Amino acid sequence: MTTTHAITTPAITTPAITTHDSEAPVTVADELLAPPRRHELLRLATAGSVDDGKSTLVGRLLYDTKSVLADQLDAVERVSRERGLDAADLALLTDGLRAEREQGITIDVAYRYFSTATRSYVLADTPGHVQYTRNMVTGASTAELALILIDARHGVVEQTRRHLAVTGLLGVRHVAVAVNKMDLVDWSQQRFDDIVAEFARHATRFGIEDVVAVPVSALFGDNVVDRSDRAAWYTGPTLLEHLEAVPVGTDPSAQPLRMPVQFVIRPQSAQHPDYRGYAGRLASGVVRPGDEVVVLPGGGRTTIAGIDRARADGSVESLDVAFAPQSVVLRLTDDIDVSRGDLIAAADEPSLTTRDLSGTVAVLSERPLRQRDRVLLRVGTRTVRALVDDIVDQLDIATMEQRTAPDGLALNAIGRVRIRLADDIAVDDYRALRRTGAFLLIDEADGSTLAAGMADAPDRNAGEGI
Amino acid sequence: MRVAHMTTTAARALPDEYTLDHLDHLESEAIHIFREVAGEFERPVILFSGGKDSVVMVHLALKAFAPAALPFTLLHVDTGHNFPEVLDYRDATVDRLGVRLVVAHVQDYIDDGRLRERPDGTRNPLQTVPLLDAIEAGKFDAVFGGGRRDEEKARAKERVFSLRDSFGAWDPRRQRPELWDLYNGKHAPGEHVRVFPLSNWTELDVWRYIEREEIALPDLYYAHEREVFGRDGMWLAPGEWGGPKTGEEVQTRTVRYRTVGDMSCTGAVDSDATDVAGVIIELAASRLTERGATRADDRMSEAAMEDRKKQGYF
Repeated sequence: MTTTHAITTPAITTPAITTHDSEAPVTVADELLAPPRRHELLRLATAGSVDDGKSTLVGRLLYDTKSVLADQLDAVERVSRERGLDAADLALLTDGLRAEREQGITIDVAYRYFSTATRSYVLADTPGHVQYTRNMVTGASTAELALILIDARHGVVEQTRRHLAVTGLLGVRHVAVAVNKMDLVDWSQQRFDDIVAEFARHATRFGIEDVVAVPVSALFGDNVVDRSDRAAWYTGPTLLEHLEAVPVGTDPSAQPLRMPVQFVIRPQSAQHPDYRGYAGRLASGVVRPGDEVVVLPGGGRTTIAGIDRARADGSVESLDVAFAPQSVVLRLTDDIDVSRGDLIAAADEPSLTTRDLSGTVAVLSERPLRQRDRVLLRVGTRTVRALVDDIVDQLDIATMEQRTAPDGLALNAIGRVRIRLADDIAVDDYRALRRTGAFLLIDEADGSTLAAGMADAPDRNAGEGI
Repeated sequence: MRVAHMTTTAARALPDEYTLDHLDHLESEAIHIFREVAGEFERPVILFSGGKDSVVMVHLALKAFAPAALPFTLLHVDTGHNFPEVLDYRDATVDRLGVRLVVAHVQDYIDDGRLRERPDGTRNPLQTVPLLDAIEAGKFDAVFGGGRRDEEKARAKERVFSLRDSFGAWDPRRQRPELWDLYNGKHAPGEHVRVFPLSNWTELDVWRYIEREEIALPDLYYAHEREVFGRDGMWLAPGEWGGPKTGEEVQTRTVRYRTVGDMSCTGAVDSDATDVAGVIIELAASRLTERGATRADDRMSEAAMEDRKKQGYF
């Protein structure tokens, strides 16, 4: 892949930070009282190898967006002094558990929040070393953007390729690469270019659509939020500028309707004696009254009679249109059997109905996944008994080579499986429809989550369409 | 050539008509969580104190099931040192909604000797035992709490569905990974699941939502004149719980509360914010987190919240 110089950078606006700075309260209040018409939400996940400085980068992002308040900073400065450090160790802002602070490591996915005048951010901070796959799969499952850290001294290492592989596998569409510790390579443009070129090669291989690389020093704050004057050669956005500009969301009108039924609403009250509605959150698509739908896996066809949503005062309004990811109540024209576990889908583009599922799983539990294991499979709101028919192979995500897995898949392993189900399910190709192509394997005995799964496209599935 | 801007079809902005505000995202996510619990559990209960987070929870739960009634019971652990106006608000809300409220009284436990008053007079840590007993007695298998991940470092690692053993204990190393929006609520008999529908909300989000939905709160969330005295850099209200001590001078100030808990350890802040818009302006300019500013119990140690959670606290 050839890399091009900032030809198509999205319009970069200087981010106006929602600040907690007491010196400028009037400006802040003005911004808050006149927010943009829509304040968007961006979910992102971080990934980095050991000592890439990820906690420091996240701490820097929080600190420079003024999301860290005085009492939190006081605590960090106190602990840093006690440890004999000259400057506040921003990594201390994010290491939440006692064991993490004592051992200086991050054990578990932590969620951070910061906001600017235009966007609110939910950041899944995933540890790079212990159980990296399990944690990164978890963080990436809800992310629209993966923020991958690379140590400028070490360049693209095996861990980086793993992070890219998980990012690609989980269908995260955007990747931001922070080439960190640029101060330790004298802000060498050549070094940065070499790393970016190699990264781009791998990204293409893993099917990542959109990559932007930024040279940063998290420790000193260069190019994280504030522009650095140490790298005049770099003309692209700072990290935050990129996060502000990257497109969020998927156009629901480009995808077919899917809504897993969560709950049947039947008030049986004097005011609503015959009301029956199906509550759920649209996983994809758009729905309007009159649309033809099919209820899966049963296959009953009907049309949408109405779309209801509660107002603030608790009364119900009927909508002309609803779209993913809104939570609504759908009423149907025909009195067909619908309950929790069913999927309401576009009649002209339904999900696959099958009892044989093939897909890729990431094992999240100490208990390995073996052939002939009996488990529960959860997809949408439906849970069915399942049998692991075959462990097809294990994926070496560093090399993307497939090898056999005679002993099953251990914790953090990723591999392809074939699963036989006791009952029909409706499922989509994960790569096309994330929410209805994702599944969990659950231990029937203790209820623990064994593996996260992503269903293959129907042509690789053995089942038959309806 | 310096920077890799590999662009693609993905770099398209969403059509305006299908763009959601971040509050709509958070609301939809919370409603989805309430409905998942209603679908998967036998006896869910909402922890309801009359505090703003629990008020927002009940508001969201009502919206999740309209036009049907709220399918959940409410539970309050009364420390015995609650603000009277908050208890009035609680009772008025319960009457208005016609829901069932279970109250567990810390005072009962102190009266019969099962719990002992602490030297510092705070009863917040004493709520854990009555809470667990109430959960067991009510056979509640899902317990909604208003906890938010932005509140505190240990809470940043909390799941939306948080499995607790029969002692109510939270083991950070035994937490289930939580992927997509597939919440796994499986639990053994005797265990229960704490559910946090506001996990991804910040304090500012909660206030913006209160403003948007015009949700009524207890009056003490807004600026009012109150007799207070200073302790540990906070304004505490005198009351039967034991304040002020000698040397602590009572004065009248214009204050409001950012959190509402046990009177012994919930401090007021100086404020002129008499309405929601005023509170939002003040928050944006604030230099302290809501727990750092007003909760003495979280100042005890770096790991205060983590330790209380492990013991079964909210």
